[in-house]
Amino acid sequence: MAAPAETTLSSSASDAVASVEMPRAARRDGTIAWVSRITFLVVALAIPLLFKNFVVFQFTQMLVYAIAILGLNLLTGFNGQFSLGHSAFYALGAYTAAIMMDQYSVSYIWTLPAAGVICFVAGFLFGLPALRLEGIYLALATFSLAIATPQILKLSPLEHWTGGVQGIVIIKPDPPPGVPLNQDQWLYYFTLAVGLLLYILARNLVKSRSGRALMAIRDNPIAARSMGVNLALYKSLAFGTSALYTGIAGALGAIIIQFVAPDSFTLVLSIAFLVGLVVGGVGWLPGAIFGGAFVLFVPNIAEGVSKGLSGAVYGIILILLIYLMPTGAAGFVRAVLSRLKS
Amino acid sequence: MHFDKMSRRSLATGILVGAAFAASGALAQKNYGPGVTDTEIKIGNIMPYSGPASAYGIIGQVETAFFKMINEQGGINGRKINFISYDDGYSPPKAVEQARKLVESDDVLFIFNSLGTPSNSAIMKYMNAKKVPQLFVATGATKFSEDPKTNHWTMGWQPSYQSEGRIYGKYILQNHPNAKIGVLYQNDDFGKDVYKGLKDGLGDKAKTLVVADAPYEVTDPTIDSQILKLKAAGVDLLIDFSTPKFAAQSIKKVAEVGWKPLHIVNNVSASIGSVFKPAGLDNGIGVLSTGYLKDPTDTKTQQDPTVKEFFSFLDKYMPDADRTNLNLAYAYAVSQTVAQVLKQCGDELTRDNIMKQAANLKDFRSPLFLEGITANTSPTDYFVLEQLQMMKFNGQSWDFFGPIISAEAAKS
Repeated sequence: MAAPAETTLSSSASDAVASVEMPRAARRDGTIAWVSRITFLVVALAIPLLFKNFVVFQFTQMLVYAIAILGLNLLTGFNGQFSLGHSAFYALGAYTAAIMMDQYSVSYIWTLPAAGVICFVAGFLFGLPALRLEGIYLALATFSLAIATPQILKLSPLEHWTGGVQGIVIIKPDPPPGVPLNQDQWLYYFTLAVGLLLYILARNLVKSRSGRALMAIRDNPIAARSMGVNLALYKSLAFGTSALYTGIAGALGAIIIQFVAPDSFTLVLSIAFLVGLVVGGVGWLPGAIFGGAFVLFVPNIAEGVSKGLSGAVYGIILILLIYLMPTGAAGFVRAVLSRLKS
Repeated sequence: MHFDKMSRRSLATGILVGAAFAASGALAQKNYGPGVTDTEIKIGNIMPYSGPASAYGIIGQVETAFFKMINEQGGINGRKINFISYDDGYSPPKAVEQARKLVESDDVLFIFNSLGTPSNSAIMKYMNAKKVPQLFVATGATKFSEDPKTNHWTMGWQPSYQSEGRIYGKYILQNHPNAKIGVLYQNDDFGKDVYKGLKDGLGDKAKTLVVADAPYEVTDPTIDSQILKLKAAGVDLLIDFSTPKFAAQSIKKVAEVGWKPLHIVNNVSASIGSVFKPAGLDNGIGVLSTGYLKDPTDTKTQQDPTVKEFFSFLDKYMPDADRTNLNLAYAYAVSQTVAQVLKQCGDELTRDNIMKQAANLKDFRSPLFLEGITANTSPTDYFVLEQLQMMKFNGQSWDFFGPIISAEAAKS
């Protein structure tokens, strides 16, 4: 699994560099980028007004997955570290939110920064020992995290907080007084706002000095070190930041689902994030939204085609997508853009 | 309101009451909730067709086939059943999504027999807030039936884990009053639920009779040390509150160390295919358990004329299904129960009336229930099935023995 993904990485990276180096094309790209951004915003803002509550709820879930994939993209796409353990950070964020709301009656809004901070610390600390591991070895180390998490959540000493296998049921938050929206619409806009904020922050991070350091580590760690980049620090920070994003997504996920239980956070979730990342495009931030859509909707489509063979149908769709868009939605969008230009 | 009528008729028999409701429904104008027309009733269902519990997906297949049969026979009160069953992969968030899809997008009248404790826990609050029946959930967890006041819209079906535990307690008090009981239990809500029932059933004697208990985690590779611990504690009556894999291990280990306690395994692990075969059929001879459904693999049962209908259903609609799978009988019997609820509803097919009729089952019997077992509910008693019969493994199949034991009577 690691080898094809790595080729994806370097090719998308060189593409990104290529587009930066052409000022004229860049300006044109800029216009297209702004048009697509505004279109996205208009569509995103209109969704709750156009669809039933259930569909709005699905889109909210899609945004939550997109945020988690965004976090994974920061780690894998920009820093070149693999993780099969992001379900653990997602679970940590979800449980942080659920426990704060259930046991301490904290408002759901304040659970997000708390989940973010806790997951950042957890991710940073996990990143420290993980520094010694590269590529698939790191993937294995994080794999153990994903396997262990549901079991740890069931442990009896923690049951007082986690509710054991029973999980925690939380109350769905109401919109603030005076806002003429129902709960689902409000949670959608709330998630959208958080998602946009996190997206802008991620974008700024990637474009900053630190972002270039992260990418330099990905592309050539030895060169990066010789240029004075503190490898250990940056790699751990990347892990922490990635966990922070995923943790916030987890907290949002707990709030909209209104329930957390160990069985929600299995390895399957980690794999779903990874699939979403690859489908959306490794190293391309807007790809997260495509990834989120894939994670949420494709299993439903597969089930609609055949109940007994839903897994097989899902596999076929995935293979077709990878065959048609070998570098994910990112490559597809780039191909369309270059067609438009020529 | 209806109850005044009932009391005036002085202890009407179950059939009469059912008829009274059907009559009052027929007199009233047609009254339809979401998902109901003159020709159709939409029912939702959530099953783990994929994922770790996909073995249970067969239940959804049987139910789909059952309603197909009902429709070919003309439906219920002239209405065809549109049975919409979705996959949740045993994942709670997916269950929430599918439940919302069924309720808000497909507009089903109610959700029937959604499977699994985690998935049902995840949707219970939503279903009750939306006032949509979550009827006959496919789990024995006591919490889905024990509180009709708070969770008016949620109801279980099979004997709850606590009921089962109480029945073991009652059986032991009557037949082995001086037993030294050792309890092996799975350290989760399931294991603790049955264990609590056992303690309730034993009452004051629980402290003196239970000499040792040994929890294990679902993740433990073996339970050898737990078995040895219980043996060392001088236990002569071993009770397993465990899932099939661990029950098989314990039967095998008990035989290996040459221990001869009286051994009871809970109903969840009474499967010959997944417990007794792997444990060694000879090792399982004499092991006790409980049941409430006829065992279709038993040759005696196969001669039973009332069960023939079940076999002809299988022959016609599910010719490929593995006949030794006990879940087939479960799915068939629970489907018959919901068909009975719909019959009782008459033309008043509202969500309100679904719950009212589900809480008004009087001596209902599926041909697959053991003789003497009936389903009874009331607005304050949501436990549909509360009776079990003890059974003993003879090396090939189960032999039922003794009376039908009711958990209700065991409560006192």
